[in-house]
Parts: sequence; C-alpha cells; structure tokens
Amino acid sequence: MAELCTNPSEISLGKLFSAVLKRDLLLSFRRKSDLVNPLIFFLMVATLFPLGVSPEPDFLADVAPGVVWVAALLATLLSLDGIFRSDYDDGTLEQVILSPQPLMVVCLAKVIAHWMTTGLPLALMSPLLGVMLFLPASAMFGLVTSLLIGTLVLSLVGAIGAGLTVGLKRGGVLISLLVLPLYIPVLIFGSGAVQAAVAGLPLTGYLALLGAMLALGMVLAPLAISAAVRISVSG
Amino acid sequence: MAVSKWIPRWFYQLASPRWCYDITGKLLPVFLVAAALLLLVGLVWALAFAPPDYQQGNSFRIMYIHVPSAILAQSCYMLMAVAGAVGLIWKIKVADMVAFACAPIGASIAVMALATGAIWGKPTWGSWWVWDARLTSMLILLFLYLGVMALYAAMDNETMAAKAASVLSLVGLVNIPIIKYSVEWWNTLHQPATFSLTEKPSMPIEMWLPLLVMVLGFYCFFAVSLMLRLRNEIIRRERRSGWVRELITSR
Repeated sequence: MAELCTNPSEISLGKLFSAVLKRDLLLSFRRKSDLVNPLIFFLMVATLFPLGVSPEPDFLADVAPGVVWVAALLATLLSLDGIFRSDYDDGTLEQVILSPQPLMVVCLAKVIAHWMTTGLPLALMSPLLGVMLFLPASAMFGLVTSLLIGTLVLSLVGAIGAGLTVGLKRGGVLISLLVLPLYIPVLIFGSGAVQAAVAGLPLTGYLALLGAMLALGMVLAPLAISAAVRISVSG
Repeated sequence: MAVSKWIPRWFYQLASPRWCYDITGKLLPVFLVAAALLLLVGLVWALAFAPPDYQQGNSFRIMYIHVPSAILAQSCYMLMAVAGAVGLIWKIKVADMVAFACAPIGASIAVMALATGAIWGKPTWGSWWVWDARLTSMLILLFLYLGVMALYAAMDNETMAAKAASVLSLVGLVNIPIIKYSVEWWNTLHQPATFSLTEKPSMPIEMWLPLLVMVLGFYCFFAVSLMLRLRNEIIRRERRSGWVRELITSR
C-alpha cells in the first residue's frame, strides 16, 4: 500500500492497479477461512435442493441451471460485505481517499481481487455441483463460462452496494435489498445460457448479453463504487 | 445571483426551501382542482361512456387505471433519479427532499400498476402473473424503490442518506429503458406500448381520449401528493430555522 502514498507522477495507473490487487489477494490468502467459506456455502445450498425438493435425477437436471446460479449469486452476496469492511475499520479506506491516486482504479482493483477470491473459484467449482445435480456433461462449458462472466458482473454491481453500506454498523440485510434487484438480469441471462446449453441451442446470444453487461459494468460501476465509498467514508 | 433572461426567477427560487414552500403552496390548489376534475371526468368517461372492447368486453376498462399508474411509476423513478443527480451535483437541499418524497409515492404506484395488471391478467391471459419481461422488469422497479427506501431508513445522517440513495437510484436507472423496450425485445404476452409520440394510437379515438385524460389526471394527482410530502419534509428538516418557527407560531 506504500505505493498509494507517493506522488502521482511517480506511479502509473497500471502499477497502482497491480499493487492494490496484490495487496488484497495477499490479505485474503492470509485469512484462508474467508476464502473457503463462500465455497462451502455454495456447496451446501446446492445440497439443500435435492433434499428439500426432490432427489429425482430428471427433475434435478431440469432445475440444475437455476439452482447452481442462485447458489453462486447468494455466495457472492454473502461475501460482498468483506470488500471494504476491514479497510474501512482500520482507516485504510480513508487514507486511500486522501491519497492523490484515483479512487476509481483502486476500487476496480479491489473488485477484481474480490472476484478472483470468490467468483473465479465458484465458477471453477460449479462442474462439481453440476454433477451432483445431474446436469448433462454437454452443459458444463456453458455453466462455467456463464459463471465466469456473470460472477464478475455480480462483484462489480455488488461493490456499489458494499460501498454504500460500509459506513453502517449492520449493513447485512440492507446490502441484499439494494443489490438483489440489480442481480436479477444477470441471473436471467446466466441461467438462460446454461438452459440453452442443456437444450443444445447456441450459447453465443446469452454470452454476448452477459459480456455486454460486463462491459457496461466495467466502465460505469467503478464510478458509482468510488462515489459510494466517498459518501460512506466522508459522510 | 446572475439571473438569465431565459429562465424565470421563480425557477431559481425553487432551490430555497422557504421559497419552494411558498411556491408549492400556491400551486397546490391548482393541481388539486385539476387532478380532481381530470380524474372524475376521466373515470366517468372511461367506465360509462367508452365503448366496450370487441374481444375483452368490459374487463378492458381496468386499463384506465393500469396504464396511467404504470407510466407514472416509471416517470416517478426518473424524477427521483434526476432530483438525486441534481442534489449530488449542485448540492441543492430541496432536490434531496424531492427525491426522498418520490420514493414512497413511486413504490405505491408501482404496487398499483402490478396489482391492476394482475387483476386484468386473470380474465384475459388466464393467470394472475406470468414471468415475462415487462412484468419482471416492473417488479424490479418496485424492488428498486424498496431498496432506496430501505437505504433512507438505515441512515441517520440526512445528507449522507440523500447522497447514498441518489447513487443507488442513478444506478437503478438502467432498468427504465429495459421496462420501456421489454415488449419489443422479447416475445411476451403483454401488449406493446399504448402511447407513442410518433405513431397513431392503436385503439379507436373514443377509447384513447379518456385514457389520455386519466394519464393527465394521474400526473396531476402525483404532483399534489409530491407537493404535500415535499412541504411536510421541508417543514421537518427546516424546523430549526426562523421562518418555520414564525409559520408555526402564526397558526
């Protein structure tokens, strides 16, 4: 984080980005439980459905795209609060705002780090859940790709909610109220992609729409995230 | 203050809570009468005199409540987001109060649009609810209103709450074009747009005119309820200032 406090002329945006990314990744690898908890949650939610609804393979294969996507969405949602929480508590966030570096780049790096520690492992683990829920093997590619793109959008949008609620003592339920309506379109097209893959239809349309959301989120979300963080920290 | 030739003086005065209170106080009776007249005329015309639909019979008449409330729910969201942006950029207190007053009104109108849609859907589509694009995006609009209201409720500091809610409502603005075009982009049970500036209305003029009257009446009604809420909010937030004390002691 020392890079943050130097003169803006001495550090390029790329260096700033990679420095923040490296720091956040290092911090989350030091706390392994935070890294593993969303994955266990993901696995457990997916286990609830066969036990709670019906263990019939045909039925499970039908609902598998939606169940895996909803489980991934909830796992991301639960981990959102951690994006800014510890930095807010120990005052790092305030220092970042005071520093001459653009807050937007720092926020984007933090979101990417969050995605690499939650969304990426979730997407890589999703075939396991697919097998548990009898998803046909032909749909695995669609499942992993749609989750890879989709969870990044979820992290970007969710960080806006995390930024808005980081100043509050109990932001837990509030953050889901703020973020879930914005998650619905991602869920629709994400699970739509998997359902298309199950039916043997072309995936490209769904993936293109998810990609468009990702492009929009990458460009606009950092603006909203940095505004939200600034409001929460400076009041 | 540099007063431009093109923008009238009262427009600048709206930014001050005290003047805004006075101006809305003068406008309120006008809009109240207009809303009452338009809604009364529109309702009687729509329910008693408009011709029945050749397919749906009389059940289509709920359209005269459903369409105006659906249009108004979106307009109200846009007003909330624009007022929020004005408050964020120019730090105008009244704009924050407008955004704050919009949220509950918009949420209740969105509920009305969804409820009348469900009641209309039962006889025509055979089900209360279908998960198609227009209905889902309208439901998301309601959730966005609820999220904004929850954010206001969670923050004690009013300026901070106003800023945070403005950011959230600006982000939620992406939903508005999705609602608007949902009937064109996806195959859906819901019929296409009722109003269009460029094309002839798709229904006969004697059915369409009462609808127009109802839409105008709904907008006037919205203006009345917004001004009432806004005036309350001005009084509440400015309770420590001298003019509010005078106002209250003079009553």
